[in-house]
Amino acid sequence: MATKYGLLIDYEWCTGCHSCETACKVELDLKTGDFGIKLFAEGPKLYPNGKYEYLYLPVPTSLCNLCEERVAAGKLPTCVHHCQSACMSYGPVEELAKKAAGKPKTALFVPR
Amino acid sequence: MVRKNELEGVNKEVYKTDWQWQEGEYTVTRTNMWTAPGCHNGCSVLYYSKDGKVEKVEGDPLSPYNQGRLCMRCLDYAETANHPDRLKYPLKRAGERGENKWERISWDEAYDIIVEQVRAIQRDFGPESIVSMQGTGRNICWQTPYLSYSAFGSPNFVLGFLSGDACYLPRTTIGHCFMGDFMVADISQHLERRMEDPEYVLPEYLLIVGNNPLISNGDGFFGHWVVDAMKEGTKLITLDPSCTWLASKSEHWLRVRPGTDAAVILAMLNVIINEDLYDHDFVENWCDGFEELKERVQEYPPAKAAEIAWITPEEIIEAARAFAKGNPSAIQWGLKVDQTVCGIPLAHGLLSMAAICGDIDVPGGCMIPRCAYDISDSYGCGLWNVPEDMMMKMLGVETSPLHALGFDPTANGDTVLQAIETDEPYPIKMLFIQSTNPIANMAADAPRVYRAMRKVPFNVVVDVFMTPTAVACADVVLPCGMSSERNSGRVWWWPLRSIVKVSDYYECKSDEQIILELGKRLNPDLFPWKDDIELMTWWVQSGNRFHAGWPAKTDETFQELVEKVIDWPEDWAYRKYEKGMLRDDGEPGFNTNTGKCELYLTLFEAWGFDPLPYYEEPPESPYSTPELVKEYPLVLTTGARTWEYFHSEERQVPRLRESHPDPLTDLHPELAAEIGVREGDWVWVENMRGKCKQRVRLNASLHPKVVRSEHGWWFPEQEAAEPNLYGVFDSNINNLTVQGVTGPTLYGAPYANQICKVYPVTPENDCSPSEIVTSKGGF
Ligand code: SF4
Ligand code: SF4
Ligand code: SF4
Repeated sequence: MATKYGLLIDYEWCTGCHSCETACKVELDLKTGDFGIKLFAEGPKLYPNGKYEYLYLPVPTSLCNLCEERVAAGKLPTCVHHCQSACMSYGPVEELAKKAAGKPKTALFVPR
Repeated sequence: MVRKNELEGVNKEVYKTDWQWQEGEYTVTRTNMWTAPGCHNGCSVLYYSKDGKVEKVEGDPLSPYNQGRLCMRCLDYAETANHPDRLKYPLKRAGERGENKWERISWDEAYDIIVEQVRAIQRDFGPESIVSMQGTGRNICWQTPYLSYSAFGSPNFVLGFLSGDACYLPRTTIGHCFMGDFMVADISQHLERRMEDPEYVLPEYLLIVGNNPLISNGDGFFGHWVVDAMKEGTKLITLDPSCTWLASKSEHWLRVRPGTDAAVILAMLNVIINEDLYDHDFVENWCDGFEELKERVQEYPPAKAAEIAWITPEEIIEAARAFAKGNPSAIQWGLKVDQTVCGIPLAHGLLSMAAICGDIDVPGGCMIPRCAYDISDSYGCGLWNVPEDMMMKMLGVETSPLHALGFDPTANGDTVLQAIETDEPYPIKMLFIQSTNPIANMAADAPRVYRAMRKVPFNVVVDVFMTPTAVACADVVLPCGMSSERNSGRVWWWPLRSIVKVSDYYECKSDEQIILELGKRLNPDLFPWKDDIELMTWWVQSGNRFHAGWPAKTDETFQELVEKVIDWPEDWAYRKYEKGMLRDDGEPGFNTNTGKCELYLTLFEAWGFDPLPYYEEPPESPYSTPELVKEYPLVLTTGARTWEYFHSEERQVPRLRESHPDPLTDLHPELAAEIGVREGDWVWVENMRGKCKQRVRLNASLHPKVVRSEHGWWFPEQEAAEPNLYGVFDSNINNLTVQGVTGPTLYGAPYANQICKVYPVTPENDCSPSEIVTSKGGF
């Protein structure tokens, strides 16, 4: 089976800056209402430990093609390239899964 | 993933060190971005252009500045730059002001009209009757001032009706009195190798006060550098009325009541001094007035400050201990420091804290920046062309010794407003409004400013899109280029960066071209440059006008800069006060009378201002106006930044507007329940001066009595002509703010600490505030 590729989000550091969303919309030339990756938020919310939590997580949609043209040209997916927190990575799913195993608050997406 | 300096990992086959190359059908240009879009940064970008049009913008991964990262506004640059609604030609007003009727004219005609007006005003009233103004964070910081001082001959250059000059200027001014310089948090941004530079030390603690740097990027500071530092282990102390993402990640988040930060900082100083947590060496050798400061902070025990700020004494004590323990600690201060009547003493307190803890100008601390090559980058550019007697006519000089002695090269915004309204000390006959839209943003008491601007007989607006300000009061409108349409530069603070022209849009000209062409017509001797390229070479080489020593000027040309893209001068250093780099006489020490950090300000003593930091209650608050508070029981803070917009910009850009369609007011769920509204409902936010309507966003992290409303809203999709005027007053939070209420130095204004009430918009009470202001005489 051919190697599968995915996106790893270290959402401990996702600040909710929307750069992934916008970069993706520009790359895929998406119209209003369509997203290749969409940001979700939770918080700020007080937890029983007395601390507030404020979480963001972007989720790739079916429009995500893992930036196949860019990757073929030797570039990173544009969301990964532009993420302001540098909390996104692209790579073979198996490698990303290893990274995720060692890092709490990570999400591994295999969009296709 | 760690972002130190990952340049080694970048694919050099794709990303080149040249400044320009061909990639398939695209010409790729490596340069930097600044205005439009407005911003306080100047990130490094790659333009992908074809047939003279920018089709795509990406971050330059080879830049140590932003390392390939970009925010929404630059990513969506092509949509803004190629927007069909952009201004395309110079325009002359055809109907009445407010009717939005225009006649297309040529640039020559436009310049002729302006020159004729300027000459007549100079002759009949004097050059001082011409006031030039600009908005914050636009690449006209030196261009508009140079035009005002050298072409109009007027000393009156201001920020667009910003009350209390309450953005950055209070902090720079007090910084100059305190130590002759400014301070910024050091996240290695002045080192080409960034955190890998062996001299760099990571801040242990970063105190964030008066801003949310991730979104605001203030003072040339790329906000996400904070995240870079956090990943390496920097801990945060955050003062903010709302739990921002950074606050949620902070070891200490102090939910201060808006406008009371000064009380908290004084109490932190109290703890640091009384618990003997300060740096004795630095205090002994480099500070003046420690005993006086020690005595003053006794008036601010943590219990008292906690009561003022609606937090607990323990929170203050723990935050103070953490900051003092940090070796080093840094302070990331922002706009809201300036936006209280005690902006000056608050900034003074923060400078004092950095100093007594030994954090001034050490790696990873509060470094002392100046612009690379000491380039004349700011509001003082060209001031040397204004004769002494004309300088004394600058509005604000009579009322403020800080303005009189040139600690701040701008006129005072509140005084300009009064001059327009009263014709005292002299009448104002012309406004040159370059990239600012004051009635949508920046001007406190926007309706009052609207009336004042309409009173001025001749107004010119230079902008990218038609704005409510232009429709309301402009007689001539000039279309200016966006960042990819100009040859320019960025230097706030370090390194020096090129801005290269790669595209055109109809007849738009760059701000550089506009000031040069207008300047040549009005005063050719002071505009000797053949074109914008020559002008920019002069600018690059313009250093050492205001500082004799560090940094040394350069003889590099603009073309050389274009090829370098980013230029890191060799003379960056830490602990410059030890090395004799800060004072014009070359002696060690700080650039002040005493050569030290003046905890006790000798100049303030001479001028009759309080020479020590203090706290003052906001002029309207639950404590200072208990009668008013019966009607307006809530505390209102304004101006929290959004990812999508720079102040009043970009509301017409589809991808950005989609992400943030409406103006938002944050309410605590309890308060929302009390007044019977839910997330997304429209509410009126109202006080003694006026009201506006915004949509509810629930925010459980607020104090239930604190309300947080957005600024800068107008609706480009709506009717431009009056009475609607793009709906500019409908959601305008500056219907509620006040002009002319400032600290004793004239600095600092209470934009972010107002009082208000909030109630639902209903079919019975719904109305158009824009109509009320433009055609019914006001609230
Ligand atoms: S990988 Fe490309 S297509 Fe997929 S979400 Fe990221 S930017 Fe969009
Ligand atoms: S670009 Fe990065 S930090 Fe920004 S929202 Fe997306 S994942 Fe989060
Ligand atoms: S912070 Fe955003 S708008 Fe400002 S220069 Fe950087 S990418 Fe552009």
